Amino acid sequence: MRIAIINGRVLDPAQAAEEPVVRPVFIEDGRIVAALGADADRTVDANGLYVFPGLIDAHCHLRDPGYEYKEDIASGTASAARGGFTTVACMPNTLPVCDNAALVHYIREKAARQGKARVLPIGAVSKGQKGQELAEIGLMAEAGIVAISDDGHPVETSDLMRKAMLYASQFNMTVISHCEDMSLAAGGHMNEGVWSTRLGLRGIPDIAESIMVGRDCQIAGYTGLPVHIAHVSCRASVRLIREAKARGVPVSAETCPHYFASTEQACDGYNTLAKMNPPLRTPDDVEAIIEGLADGTIDIIATDHAPHHNDEKDLEFALASNGIIGFETAFGLGFTLLVKTGRMSLKQFIAAMTVKPAAILRQKLGSLAVGAPADVLVADLERPFAVDKRQMLSKSRNTPYDGMTLVGRPVLTLYEGRITHDELC
Amino acid sequence: MMLSQKDLLGIQMLSADEIRLILDTAETMKHVISASSKKTAHLQGKSVITLFYENSTRTRLSFELAAKYMGAASANVSASSSSVNKGESLIDTARTIDQMGTDLLIMRHPQSGAPHLIASRVKASVINAGDGMNEHPTQALLDLFTMRARKGDLAGLQVAIVGDIMHSRVARSNLWALLKMGAHVRLAAPGTLLPPGLDRLGASVCPTVADAVRNADVVMGLRIQLERMQKALFPSVSEYARFYALDENILRLARKDAIVMHPGPCNHGIEMPTPIYDGDQSVIQEQVTNGVAVRMAIMFLLTSRRNA
Repeated sequence: MRIAIINGRVLDPAQAAEEPVVRPVFIEDGRIVAALGADADRTVDANGLYVFPGLIDAHCHLRDPGYEYKEDIASGTASAARGGFTTVACMPNTLPVCDNAALVHYIREKAARQGKARVLPIGAVSKGQKGQELAEIGLMAEAGIVAISDDGHPVETSDLMRKAMLYASQFNMTVISHCEDMSLAAGGHMNEGVWSTRLGLRGIPDIAESIMVGRDCQIAGYTGLPVHIAHVSCRASVRLIREAKARGVPVSAETCPHYFASTEQACDGYNTLAKMNPPLRTPDDVEAIIEGLADGTIDIIATDHAPHHNDEKDLEFALASNGIIGFETAFGLGFTLLVKTGRMSLKQFIAAMTVKPAAILRQKLGSLAVGAPADVLVADLERPFAVDKRQMLSKSRNTPYDGMTLVGRPVLTLYEGRITHDELC
Repeated sequence: MMLSQKDLLGIQMLSADEIRLILDTAETMKHVISASSKKTAHLQGKSVITLFYENSTRTRLSFELAAKYMGAASANVSASSSSVNKGESLIDTARTIDQMGTDLLIMRHPQSGAPHLIASRVKASVINAGDGMNEHPTQALLDLFTMRARKGDLAGLQVAIVGDIMHSRVARSNLWALLKMGAHVRLAAPGTLLPPGLDRLGASVCPTVADAVRNADVVMGLRIQLERMQKALFPSVSEYARFYALDENILRLARKDAIVMHPGPCNHGIEMPTPIYDGDQSVIQEQVTNGVAVRMAIMFLLTSRRNA
């Protein structure tokens, strides 16, 4: 299949371009090419639209195997494609936990057959994510994991965290850390503060996150080995990461759209769609997250796409599951709240969702350079649209952003030259 | 005037005028309780269900008697808080009860927000009889009724609340209610039993019980749950009693005509010594009686809103 995308404003942060330029992008045999060998099978007129590398999500939950009633690899990647993603890295908290090579093979093979996006499995740090013994990191690396994480749970002891970093480094692998001091967080259901007092809900203080961020930065500094901090939600963490980076500690960090789009107040009325872990924080934390993205302290934006069945959300607040779906709102929330507001340049924003997550996952992806896999996003950055959860392709509908007006809509997604999402034809 | 909402989920949703309406209506109801024939027709033909997922003696009985005095058909459902694990969700249980023609559904639940979850799913009016650490609105209303009966105007009243504020839905509902009525609220508790942000919400947080009680018109003790000790929230009962009990020396700091309140059940000798509990300043028994009157008023007002 030969595709020509013409008249679009092309921006590829991996190629150091500052501003979008109008130029064609040619695709042949699944790769970006300088020119087509024959007439295009399809010509996409992207006049008025933008052309970017396909988005890369370093943190999602595809729920497959074990929780296919929430999501599976087919539905999850279809949802990702509709959101402009061409690569997604899925966390290992499946059933059973992805802590061995067989599970990695299962995920990769199913994704190869059914995936509308590239699926990069993340392996568990510890067997069963129990925080006791190291999982078979080497064998999983051989089978194709791109990083390790016990996401959903912290690696509670400093000792195991250090060992994970030391061991994984020889397999060219970064540890992604879910930072949560359970002695402070256990039993909590939302941010600890005025709103938890008002709602009579047990709180999770921001120090439950930042204390572990500080610990991991210290271990990374001590060992000289990289650590990636997942889902940063608060000012205290941003400050620690900024200080560590200034000292040259090899730490990278991600945040998620909900941490710059929503505050703890969204929990009012016991709205379980605002329940997540780490919890939504204060307006001051939102400001700190945006500052962190703008100055590069926070490297990337990941979705933490966390599908849950309605029966797991339509409950007493304390009993409801944590998390929201994110693939189909991430780009719009980011463009609307970060770029349109002038807080980040378009290039910074696109880099934070393409080439930078690729680098953290150590993949040569996220570029429109000639020869690269033809992972392409064509987006409309002008016409506002209302988020409509009924149109989403995820099996789950747990989003607090239904009905919200956003700008920044993926209209065409190509994964290895295949059209995985198309609103243009 | 009528209540603006179908349900009574919390004091936070009530206006000062609505609180006044409830208290005024309860004045009338109190006459019924003291009459020789305790029977009115206010709830004739109405059905009242109490759905309690937590133990309760006084609150449940108070609602039941209030319903019976007004001629309602009433029934109780005692549910284990673990029934979620047994297969039926709270929403399903509430809908089932609703389908039997229930007018008033009175619910107590260990999770904050549980009555809010069902209120929008049922036709019945939901009355929150205590949800987790969130609210216990009828307790606060009976406390206000008692304060008003003894002290007159609530505006400007100095009210000290002492004890486990963190876990107390009584403290929260009283705080919201008193602030709405223009009273001043001073809180004292061990630092581990104070939730954050109380000062920003309009209360004064005092470093010692003496600071809270000094010149108070009303001194309210809260129940301390002994299992909090195991969670290291305070070191021992005797240490708690030494620094946080409402004893004679502390009460001397309050106004001479101050009243002593407690929502019950009381740990005698810990929250307050028995002579204080039974003393001249105590209105604790009166609170119990007023509880029936206030609950009658609330049930009447919610059903008359339904009739309208």
